[in-house]
Formats: sequence, structure tokens, C-alpha cells
Amino acid sequence: MSAGTTAETKTENHQNGKPPGRRRLSRRHREWLAASLFVFPDTLGLLVFVGIPMVLALAMGLFNVSGFGGITFVGLANYERMLSDSLFLESLKVTVIYVVSFVVGNFVISLALALLVKQKIPFVGVLRSMFFLPYVVSLVVIGLVWKFMLLDQVGIVNRILEALGLGSHSWLGNPRFALATVVAVSIWFLMGYYMVIFLAGLQEIPQEYYDAAKVDGARSWQTFRHITWPLLKPTSFFVLIVSTISGVAGFQTFDLIYVMTTGGPANSTSLGIFYIYQQAFQFNDYGYAAAMASFLVLILLIATAAMFILTRGGRFETD
Amino acid sequence: MRPTNLSLQPTRMALFMLALVLALLTIFPLLWMVSGAFKGPGEVNSLNLIPTHPTLGNFAYVFTRVPFLRYMLNTFFVAGTVTVVALFFHTMAAYALARLRFPGRDILFFAIFSTLLVALPVILVPLFILVKTLGMLNSYWGLIVPAIFNAFGIFLLRQYYQGIPRELEDAAFVDGCGYWGVYRHVILPLSRPMIAALFVFFFLANWNSFLWPLTITQNQNLWMIQVAIASFQTQYAAAWNYIMAAATVTALPTMALFFIFQRQLIESIKTSGFK
Repeated sequence: MSAGTTAETKTENHQNGKPPGRRRLSRRHREWLAASLFVFPDTLGLLVFVGIPMVLALAMGLFNVSGFGGITFVGLANYERMLSDSLFLESLKVTVIYVVSFVVGNFVISLALALLVKQKIPFVGVLRSMFFLPYVVSLVVIGLVWKFMLLDQVGIVNRILEALGLGSHSWLGNPRFALATVVAVSIWFLMGYYMVIFLAGLQEIPQEYYDAAKVDGARSWQTFRHITWPLLKPTSFFVLIVSTISGVAGFQTFDLIYVMTTGGPANSTSLGIFYIYQQAFQFNDYGYAAAMASFLVLILLIATAAMFILTRGGRFETD
Repeated sequence: MRPTNLSLQPTRMALFMLALVLALLTIFPLLWMVSGAFKGPGEVNSLNLIPTHPTLGNFAYVFTRVPFLRYMLNTFFVAGTVTVVALFFHTMAAYALARLRFPGRDILFFAIFSTLLVALPVILVPLFILVKTLGMLNSYWGLIVPAIFNAFGIFLLRQYYQGIPRELEDAAFVDGCGYWGVYRHVILPLSRPMIAALFVFFFLANWNSFLWPLTITQNQNLWMIQVAIASFQTQYAAAWNYIMAAATVTALPTMALFFIFQRQLIESIKTSGFK
């Protein structure tokens, strides 16, 4: 990583300023010792509470682990069961639909918001904070509030739709709408966060480009097409990748699904991550749950590798 | 876009109106929540945003019928402890990763960075079994310890420390400070803004966390607030005035923190380093 190497050269210069020989060597060893003590707590913690569970997730899939501590080796049986479990396959389909619509919708809406609040308009700071506000509220609360607003017949959303002559619907009770509703709430929750990231990207584009475009008489969509869009690529890339990973891994979805739909109706919102949770903690089938989780780990590893290759080591440079 | 051209003004006003309407729509669900919390059972499904007969009865009900205060104190204790310990560990690790030279540093950083991509839901089952084996099931230990370790903070702090001028450290070394002294007297004071932002971030994240507390605590005395309101909802399924009161109480501290620290929070997201 480029950042790492620059730091290293700096350190070398720094070391060269010191007297050479024995002292330099001992200083280096002291630096090693200090560094290992400094990184020790976090390294150990991440190893025990993230690294080992990650490896265990892969290994546990080969066993049947009951809630009472019985462990039997079953080979690939869990994986075979997984591939013929129509509910699991269905949950993968739901995950894909969720991730694709969330990522695309979130990208468009948060970019549009960022472009809007980048304009020189009155109270822009307050407006930005308002868009960001949902993000600081917990997803459990978010889920409850939307459930209240979306109640059949009596909820405010349906009452307004009725008044507009659009008819009321069972947004969380109808399998045709439930997943779309969860996607919409996810976007509403996260759009302010991604708006801030886009805004940071937009503010890094030098103003001179826009001034020059204005002198040339470019229209606003031309300016967007030829200046903003290409120069925003690193940020766009970052947003796409991070939101994809968070969608697959269920950072935001689990709490919402748990509170709003518990996977229903008719499993239409049963995302992979939620189905796995149910297998583990409602049916105590830990081994099977781990097998399915390891499948998701695999998907995430591929996504990670793709991320590092596409971004040339996390630098998000294009061309 | 300097206001030289007066014909731009109407455009700007139109953009402002658009942004204002969208922003009000965005926060409307939260206003509706607060509104519902002050409405009586007869009024909770009415369409008026300002209650005609505002009542504090829902809050009284929530705090007397359910040990809500206990859940809030649990959450304060857990979120506070996690935040303080995590900041201590992360600043140390980030300092070493940004400034000290040791074999394997870049590999270690890469390994830490890659744990960012491991989401809790994915490793939930093995983590639960591991923590159970360590005897931390149904305990504050089980709520606190696994929540401390998170690469996000290390990553941001390392980025920040790389931007601190090295001369300041050198001066401290010349004054006879060791590495601990430099960390304690140079690095920590200089990173106060970043630490403040992360403090808010970590506290918010832990106050809002649901899945892990749900998994690790069956004992109701240990419940954290999100678990409590989720189960409150199943208990009082149709009493939305009570549920909205509980939701408001739960959301209020996080919104207050945001209003106080919004600048730091938004700056830290902006610099969350994708370059």
C-alpha cells in the first residue's frame, strides 16, 4: 500500500539522522518491542473474536452441533442438505434481489441528494443534518416506526394513499410488496450516510473545472456528464462496493427484518442471513447454520478479492 | 456560482424549496414517532401531527410497567465501557501501525483491514459458541468484550496519525520520551478531534446494537435497550402509543448526541479514507 511505503521511507530518514552502529540496532529492537506491545490487545481480540469464528464457521459446517453440546462429524451432509433446501435457495434469491435493488436505489438517491445539498442554498447545513438524521437512530426503532406508519388501513401511509385515491395496501403483509418495502426503508435509513460520502467526493473536484465549463457555456447535464461523473468515479466505486458488502452481510437488514416481517409473509423477506439465524437459534441446528454461513463467507471472500483486484489494492483508482 | 447573476436567484430558491420538502419528508417518520408517543390510545391512529390531548401517560406506563430504566442503565454501562476500552486499544494499535517500524507491519495491517469485511451476522453462530465456551454467556462480559474489537476505528485512526507531522514526535524523543511517552503526550492530545468523533460513533453503534445482545443474553436483567423494545413490541402488539413512547425514549439519546457532535461525526465519515 502506498501509504505504508511513504511512512516507511520517512522512518528511514528519521533513523539515518541517529548515530549509526550498536545504538541504532538496539533502538530498532526497542521499536519492535514497543510496536508489538501496542498492537497486542487489538490483534489478540480481533484474532479471537473475528478470526477464529471465521475459521470455525468454515469448519463447523462439517459437523452436526446440537444445542446441548453433542458434536458429530457428518462430512459434507450439511452442504448437500443446503443445496436441496428450497427455503435456503429461496433465501439466496431474496438476498440477490434485495442487494441489487438496494445498491442501485441507494446509489441513485444518495448521489442525487449529494448533488442537491452541494448547491449554494440557504440553511444547507441544517438540510444535510436532516437527511442524515435517520442514520443515527437504531434499526429496531426505525423498524417499529415504519411498521406503525404502514399499518393496514389505519396507518398514516395508507390513509394518505386512500385520500389520494390510490387505495390502501398491506405493505408488510403482502408478499408482492414486503421486500420492496424493506428495501425502501433501508435506503431511507442509509441515504444520508452515503450522501455525506458522495458530498466529500464532490467537494474534492477542483472548482476550476466547473468555472472553465461555465466559460465554455456547458449546460448543467453536460458538466455532470463530462466533469462530475468521471472525477467522482473513485467515490462511486467505493459506495457501490461498500453497499454491496453491507447488503450481502446483513449489516442493516437483520434488525429490520426481525422487527418488521420476521422473514414473512410467505418467506418473501427471508434474507439468507435471517434464515441462517432462524436455523441456529430457533431450531438449534448450529452445524447446518454454520454450513450456510460459510457459503456466505465464500461469497464475501470473492467480493473482497474482487474489490482488491478492481481497486488495485484498495486505492480506488481508475484508469 | 457567485450571486453576480440575479436570474440565478429563483433557481436557487426552487432548489432550496425542493431540498426543504425532501428533508421534511425524510424526518417525518421520526416526528410521527414523537407525535405518537404523546397521543392517548384513542388518538394514536388519528392523522394530526400535533396531539389534541397530549399526554405523558405513555412514558409513565413504559417506565413503570417495564424495567425500562434498568435497560437504559445496562445500555449506558455496556456502550460506555466498550467505547472507552476500544478507544484505548485502537489508538495504541493505530499509532504502532502508522508510525513504528516492525517486521510484518503491512501484513498485519492488511489482516486487520480485511476483518472489516466480516459482518457479525456471518460469524454469529461460531462466535456465540466460542463466547459460550469461554463462560461469558448471559453476562456483561459477553456483551462487552466481543464488541470492543473492530477494525473500523483502527483504520480511521491510523489514517489520521499518518497526517501528524513527525517533527512533533522527534521533539518528544529528544526530550527523552519513550514510545509510551510519545503516545501519551503527543499522539493522544493531537488526535483529540478524531477521538471525539469515534467516541460518538462507538457509543451510537453500541447503544443501537441489537443482534449480539439478542443472541448472548437470555436473562432479562441483562437486556440492552434495543432487545427490550423489540420484545416490548411483541408483548404490546397493538398499543402503538406505548410502543412509540418506548421508541422515542430509545432514540432520544442518539439524536441528542448527533445534534451536539454533528460536525465531528460528518467530518469523520468524510475522511473515512477511501483514497
